[in-house]
Amino acid sequence: MGRETPKQQQQQQQQVSYTVEQLVAVNPYNPDILPDLENYVNEQVSSQTYSLDANLCLLRLYQFEPERMSTQIVARILVKALMAMPAPDFSLCLFLIPERLQMEEQFKTLIVLSHYLETGRFRQFWDEAAKSRHIVEAVPGFEQAIQTYAIHVLSLTYQKIPRPVLAEAINIEGLSLDKFLEHQAANSGWILEKGHGRGQLIILPRNEFNHPELKKSAADSVPLEHITRIFPILG
Amino acid sequence: MATNYDYEEAPANYDETHRQDLGYDPNFVPDSVKSFVGHLYRHIREKNVYEIHQMYEISFQTLSDRLFKDTPWPSVDAVAHYVDNDQVFCLLYREMWFRHLYARLSPTLKQRIDSWDNYCSLFQVVLHRVVNMQLPNQWLWDMVDEFVYQFQSFCQYRAKMKNKSEQEIALLRQYDQAWNVYGVLNYLQAFVEKSNIMQILEQEKEGLEQFTATDGYDYSGGSNVLKVLGYFSMVGLLRVHCLLGDYQTGLKCLLPIDISQQGVYTSVIGSHITTIYHYGFANLMLRRYVEAIREFNKILLYIYKTKQFHQKSPQYEQILKKNEQMYALLAICLSLCPQVKLVEETVNSQLREKYGEKMARMQRYDDEAFAIYDELFSYACPKFITPSAPSFEEPLVNYNQDAYRLQLKLFLYEVKQQQLLSGVRTFLKVYSTISLGKLANYMEVDEPTLRTILLTYKHKTHAVDSDGKIISNADVDFYIDDMIHVVESKPVKRYGDYFLRQVVKLEGVINDMDRIKLE
Repeated sequence: MGRETPKQQQQQQQQVSYTVEQLVAVNPYNPDILPDLENYVNEQVSSQTYSLDANLCLLRLYQFEPERMSTQIVARILVKALMAMPAPDFSLCLFLIPERLQMEEQFKTLIVLSHYLETGRFRQFWDEAAKSRHIVEAVPGFEQAIQTYAIHVLSLTYQKIPRPVLAEAINIEGLSLDKFLEHQAANSGWILEKGHGRGQLIILPRNEFNHPELKKSAADSVPLEHITRIFPILG
Repeated sequence: MATNYDYEEAPANYDETHRQDLGYDPNFVPDSVKSFVGHLYRHIREKNVYEIHQMYEISFQTLSDRLFKDTPWPSVDAVAHYVDNDQVFCLLYREMWFRHLYARLSPTLKQRIDSWDNYCSLFQVVLHRVVNMQLPNQWLWDMVDEFVYQFQSFCQYRAKMKNKSEQEIALLRQYDQAWNVYGVLNYLQAFVEKSNIMQILEQEKEGLEQFTATDGYDYSGGSNVLKVLGYFSMVGLLRVHCLLGDYQTGLKCLLPIDISQQGVYTSVIGSHITTIYHYGFANLMLRRYVEAIREFNKILLYIYKTKQFHQKSPQYEQILKKNEQMYALLAICLSLCPQVKLVEETVNSQLREKYGEKMARMQRYDDEAFAIYDELFSYACPKFITPSAPSFEEPLVNYNQDAYRLQLKLFLYEVKQQQLLSGVRTFLKVYSTISLGKLANYMEVDEPTLRTILLTYKHKTHAVDSDGKIISNADVDFYIDDMIHVVESKPVKRYGDYFLRQVVKLEGVINDMDRIKLE
């Protein structure tokens, strides 16, 4: 048996995850799938994918059989959930984790990190994250995911944002920030206003949340699906 | 703090001998009971759904009030003789027997275990044999509802280990499969799957199936039991998942049912209320406040208009209780997410009457406010459970409050995070434009702190819906360029929905008229 090529490995992995999702959909209340779900968490971490349903399923099984719980896996699930912000996944996971476990050091840290993100305190978040490298560096893609969330909230709020505010939120400064801004300007429609250093203003892309005039009056639009229900009547 | 939450159940520490002292002879069958079971048995065999319903709803209640106020009904062995020893009828009778026991008396551990066994036998019959019955939706709903209720009750009972007798502990160890969480969930799931109800509902949308139109009844000679149990089990699953604290999955289980329409779930008022109560609660915990407010508003208006018709029904008390709880939840939602146009006049005035003052205090976000959030949440929340088996090691403790305490703690944590939003809202309502510096001054914080508060406001008022889209819940919104610009949201008039409903309604009326045969 020779070594599998990366493509073969990837195909195998895809087969495994397909099966796990199926299990969660069809046979979720089954203690035997616990090891598969745990492996799936590790796979989500290494391949930078995410499945809330599968992770909730595992947390439920841990609830049913606490002696089988792995704190390491739970911590990983929580980090992945944090990366899913602004979705409330982190809270959804906490609802299923026993209180006494939440009082352990690493979980208290994660809860604090979540708190900072929920309340827009990005400077405090990055400071704390730097102190807890061992937790957050275990999950690839963490930094980018949080930066994406930060940009999301800033885009809800600002039409124009001063450079220092942005820098603090995404934890990038100096030349790296310059490069980052150039990239965003080229690919995501950001506009960099004249000004240098701290005086620079960045214009974020227009959306219905920072430009209220763009808000589609969804008031009177009726989804096609609803109309199809009365097709039999309309004849 | 927890006084409203504590499970109101008398200690079940009397046994067989004590019950016999009350003059209860399980083998004595009064004539009226002989007649009752005889008729009920015949009606079930003849599929006279209307008569079954009358006997089930009314006669059973009347006899219970008259003859069995505080004793159980005659044992199933005693009545079996009058119904040809029919196995299925006996299982149904026993189900009613236990339900009566739970409602009027306090079940012993042995009785809880026996009830579980009965459900298993009954459900096995429905799932694995061809059952040729048509039962009223009320009865089928009650079966699922009671099944979940007895599970919840068992978990609460089991979690109070402190004063358990040796006998009880021995029984718990021996019958560890009884009311096991896997068993409960898998039965509900089995009903959903075996009945094929999800596909039936899908195909109904395309006109290939009739289910909702017939209220789930089968007019082509078959049975409605499996299908309708499958349908109600989806609500059962929503309920169990809420009890476990898994709101996301609970809502997923309910997805096949379209709650914007009438359906079989509205054919029984208990089912309607339970569905919306849990749907609303789950959305509240998922921070989808507007969705919760919308649904609570609809159901509270419905209850207001129709509760007079249920005054004589055995569900009346439950209807009133859930009504009050949903007003409390609505008060919570509106305090966290003020909305002006979503609540109907009648509902609003009831709400003001019951919780007007408390809502004003909640929005002040001081210590008193948190106490009120605590109080209302504790009053209105489901009776959360710890599903795992207990530890039998000394010292034995009571842990029946653990699940509730966790949900309450996390809820209050969320409330605390939203503490500063109320202040921002007040200022935004007054100004159309204001500089960051000035607002920071008024709110007595520095500018960086103000920026974080504004970000929090935006984040908390823009929820992620079930499709992953961002929707704004904010009644007052803003954006920042050089200054803060305030945006007032416009009220939404939904004409499209209204017309759709009227078209369907008219079609229904025309169909009804067609069905009337003029003689």
